[in-house]
Amino acid sequence: MSVSTLVEKIIAKSSGKNSVSPGEFVLADVDVVFAHDGTALLAIESMQEIGIEKIFDKNKVVFFIDHASPSPSPQISNIHSAMRKFARKHGIKIYDAGSGICHQVLPEEGYVKPGSVVVGADSHTVTHGAFNAFATGVGSTDAAIAMATGKLWFMVPESVKIVVEGEFRDMVMSKDLVLYVLGEVGADGLTYMSVEYHGSCIDRLSVDSRMTIANMAVEMGAKCCPMELNSATEEWLKERVGNFKPVKADKDAKYFDELNVNASKLEPLVAAPSNVDNVKSVREVEGTEVDQVFIGSCTNGRLEDIKVACRILDGKQVKTRCIVIPASRKVYYEALNKGFIDKLVKAGCIIGFPTCGPCIGAHMGLLGDGEVAISTSNRNFIGRMGSSSSKIYLASPATAAASALEGKIVDPRKYGESI
Amino acid sequence: MKISGKCVRLGDHINTDLIISGKYKYRTQDIKELAKYVFEDLDPKLKERLYGGSIIVAQKNFGCGSSREQAPRVLKAAGVNAVIAESFARIFFRNAINVGLPVIISEEKFIKMVKDNEPLTIDLSSGKVYALETGLEANIKPYPHFMLKIVEAGGIAEYFKIHRMFPWETKL
Repeated sequence: MSVSTLVEKIIAKSSGKNSVSPGEFVLADVDVVFAHDGTALLAIESMQEIGIEKIFDKNKVVFFIDHASPSPSPQISNIHSAMRKFARKHGIKIYDAGSGICHQVLPEEGYVKPGSVVVGADSHTVTHGAFNAFATGVGSTDAAIAMATGKLWFMVPESVKIVVEGEFRDMVMSKDLVLYVLGEVGADGLTYMSVEYHGSCIDRLSVDSRMTIANMAVEMGAKCCPMELNSATEEWLKERVGNFKPVKADKDAKYFDELNVNASKLEPLVAAPSNVDNVKSVREVEGTEVDQVFIGSCTNGRLEDIKVACRILDGKQVKTRCIVIPASRKVYYEALNKGFIDKLVKAGCIIGFPTCGPCIGAHMGLLGDGEVAISTSNRNFIGRMGSSSSKIYLASPATAAASALEGKIVDPRKYGESI
Repeated sequence: MKISGKCVRLGDHINTDLIISGKYKYRTQDIKELAKYVFEDLDPKLKERLYGGSIIVAQKNFGCGSSREQAPRVLKAAGVNAVIAESFARIFFRNAINVGLPVIISEEKFIKMVKDNEPLTIDLSSGKVYALETGLEANIKPYPHFMLKIVEAGGIAEYFKIHRMFPWETKL
């Protein structure tokens, strides 16, 4: 009998095969496909260009207005209008302005099931691997084909195993772990590959922390980041998707490579400008003045992230503009109910409505010439958040919040001992 | 199938934000209009060299970053006939094939030695790329059959228009 990694099992099942091997091309059934205001219009146009304007299953195609939402310009308003019109015409669900970022809302709304194939017209679709799915980003034309036919071709990727043992200490968050791995493997280190995180550290992580790890897999070039379920994620899923069957990798499955990480030895890290794998310890860049702090995005805009920021900022005052954007309306509402928003506002933060906003330079805090930001988002590319002469340091919510207090990059361990 | 153009050399990790910045992506849906801003944050003058039939020769991880399909569409509209690189980010690679921009994986040695502005010819049938001034030649990584069909048709939309089905609907 053949042995399989997580991605091999999910792809085999979705393509009606007993087993698949890396390098093999398959045609897989897609369980959910989505697009947002940065990619949906081009997907609609691609459908028209191809001449297949239909939806394979209206319950499996979802639109999100999240990238620049509510619209900051008449042109973007027109994109949103075209999306609403298409959604009405085909009877598909559209999560309109204020609902939140696709990668947060999709699992919250129960669209992501263990063992499923999730295709999104957004590179951070890998996030949904946290729920034991094969989730991968595609472009608008691939999304259009998946929306119309419910199928898409894939090359079965090689799998890489990252085993994380030990426990985070001293204000270290899962963002620091994923930045560490990124620094080790590089921005193209896992190109075309499926990355699987295993180990006792991963087993203990919250859903929010796992999503951060899976989210950044694409920054290493990975195709997907399917994770085995842990008890926290099982509980989370039970409330949202009903019955499901977890997928586990076979014990003797073949991995292209393996990396071992001792979580106990990690310290707060940043990705310095302007490549995601330019990873340094916070100590190395401490004191760098920042003009803006951004806590949010599909990487770190969840309740746990806001809670950590709140704990550091509670009762103090920020020294630089600090923008906090909850990833979804649900996250916003919970943060409000728990009193986090109240404390953050008192600390001088600017609280935004759910949107991708500044992460992609769309709106809500763009950087001017020469400005420096520390951001909990996922990319620090030149010009990403505004001016091409601005600079972005990627960090955890703890490091970002601590830096907001001093207007310069600060080691969060100065403001607490543990998360 | 043969593709020609003058060589425009680029480095590692040319991301989709550099190809077309997110701030323009939302300003217009007109690809020809967007093409005016191609590589603006990398080198605003680069677009003049792309115009009229060029072949980008880049190093590792070309097209990394976002899934924006505007990136390969903009390159095509800006006058790029093909991109040769040591490796591509996977979403960009798929997008480029779909929109009919040939993306070609070739040998590091060729990529490092080829000269800026020299005329290049890619022969998809023989699986070779030729640099006409330096006289270099190198192998290119062959496409799987269905992908070659898409590239030859000029993109997935064109393929579908001709065949009324996707290439994988017959045999993958």
